[in-house]
Amino acid sequence: MDFAQLLISGLANGCVYGLIALGFVLIYKATEAINFAQGDMMMLGAFITLALTNDNHMGLPFIPSVLIAIAVMAVFGYLLDALMLRHVFGQPQIAVVILTIAIGYIIRFGAGLIWGHEPQSLHSPLAGQDITIAGIALGLDEIAVIIVTILLTGFLYGFFAHTRTGIAIQAASQNQLAAYYMGVPVRRVYSLVWGLSGVVAAIAGVLFASKGSIDPNTGLLGIKAFAAAVIGGFGSLPGALLGGLIVGVIEPFASRYGPSGYAQIAPYLLLVLVLVFRPHGLLPQVQQKKV
Amino acid sequence: MSTPLLQVDNLESYYGPVLAIRGVSLSVESGQIVSVLGANGAGKTTLLKTLSGVMNPEKGSVSLNGDTLTGLPPEQVVARGVIHVPEGREIFPLLSVADNLAMGAFLRRDRDAIARDHEMVLDYFPVLRERLAQAAGTLSGGQQQMLAIGRGLMANPRIMLLDEPSLGLSPRLVGEIFDIIKRLNTEQGVTLMLVEQNARVALSIAHHAYVMELGRVVMSDSAEKMRQSRDIQQFYLGEQEDGVRGQRRWKARKTWR
Ligand SMILES: Nc1ncnc2c1ncn2[C@@H]1O[C@H](COP(=O)(O)OP(=O)(O)OP(=O)(O)O)[C@@H](O)[C@H]1O
Ligand SMILES: [Mg+2]
Repeated sequence: MDFAQLLISGLANGCVYGLIALGFVLIYKATEAINFAQGDMMMLGAFITLALTNDNHMGLPFIPSVLIAIAVMAVFGYLLDALMLRHVFGQPQIAVVILTIAIGYIIRFGAGLIWGHEPQSLHSPLAGQDITIAGIALGLDEIAVIIVTILLTGFLYGFFAHTRTGIAIQAASQNQLAAYYMGVPVRRVYSLVWGLSGVVAAIAGVLFASKGSIDPNTGLLGIKAFAAAVIGGFGSLPGALLGGLIVGVIEPFASRYGPSGYAQIAPYLLLVLVLVFRPHGLLPQVQQKKV
Repeated sequence: MSTPLLQVDNLESYYGPVLAIRGVSLSVESGQIVSVLGANGAGKTTLLKTLSGVMNPEKGSVSLNGDTLTGLPPEQVVARGVIHVPEGREIFPLLSVADNLAMGAFLRRDRDAIARDHEMVLDYFPVLRERLAQAAGTLSGGQQQMLAIGRGLMANPRIMLLDEPSLGLSPRLVGEIFDIIKRLNTEQGVTLMLVEQNARVALSIAHHAYVMELGRVVMSDSAEKMRQSRDIQQFYLGEQEDGVRGQRRWKARKTWR
């Protein structure tokens, strides 16, 4: 029963890592940029929700607050690309990397200015409640995280497989030039992908904050999610989720059964092993991208 | 004379400092197949890229039915009815054949007409019908070329810019594809600008032809006359005895421009 609790809590953490990793991969697949501010966007989404719903702030109902935060982060992601990233389009990768790192710093700084540096908890209806299944007490928040992640994954799958915009995003990522030839407004599509990754970040943020407290540096766990994305095979959406789940599950087990202090390093140890033995990750991209 | 469907005047395009096309002028009448011939590096692909708006010309103008296209982004050029079927097929490798075709109709909203065109494309290219769910990257080269043309047709274009459809295909398959191109022209009234190195097969279906060399149009005539031209026969229809001498003589004839 200890095992089941560890597993569920690991999976719940893993879902959050997986969603942040998904944000990385979404942007990378479509635009070949790596958004090192993805974790900070998650943190921002969480704080916006907190500011809308917590009693000591605006005190709005929970669900509308979440929806507003998602919408705000969608616009934020879209504008980030349209106003900033688009200008370094075609510059060397490193310019994009530095720019997103700088954006991450700015988001952390801004969040600190507005909400302070003390850890705060999101007043979520899920927090602190347990349900008992077959004699095992499980956190409702953790179950909810897993369910929401499954739903979001299904939604994203449907979006990419069946909608005109989703297929156009895939097309632009597989063959940018041909997408132009077909009349796809490729730049706008890229901004849409940034908007979508803002949505995913906001949801990941709300899920994360439902399980514990947040502060402006929370987004730094994006690095762990980045490792998860690489483990899964950067460029593969299912791989990103899988990598996140693996990292999430490894941590509690390593801290429970491994030598002390081992838990922090476990994901990176795994990263090294994967990179050595499967350099393209666990679920590599099916085919090299055509540039 | 009525205004041509596509009118290109004095077009110049650069790659960085390299001037790739140098003042190209030509026109395409509605309902015709106009072929642009030329050796490697003559600037044919650059011309098409400039027409479809993925490259911006430094000088010159392009107009479709009198409306200027110069400077428009590709999506607006496509929306006005110019579709580019690129050299080397450039299909979307991981999308299914059906989704590739759907991408051709990306800017269209007329569902019924799209469904009709989808059927029309599959009637012309039956091999695609059997493979609608297959990933396009797993098609053979010839099938990919058919898909690329079919995808272009899905845009319901007023003019299709077709770049070297014969590239890398067996002579039999080239014949098959050109038969279909000809039928599309006569049966569906598709206007085509057909870029080719394979002059023999291009001239066999074209109404008019231009010859490009080093970024310039050096010859313009009806396909009929071109077929009979000694120079074309010598330099493009494989009747020259040795290529080096041929090359030299072709250069000596640059007075055409
Ligand atoms: N991306 C590029 N950057 C720089 N120069 C280029 C680029 N693409 C083409 N060129 C140059 O422009 C000129 C015209 O090239 P283009 O591709 O238009 O020729 P082409 O007639 O289509 O040849 P082919 O029959 O081999 O396809 C060539 O000299 C080529 O080297
Ligand atoms: Mg070419």
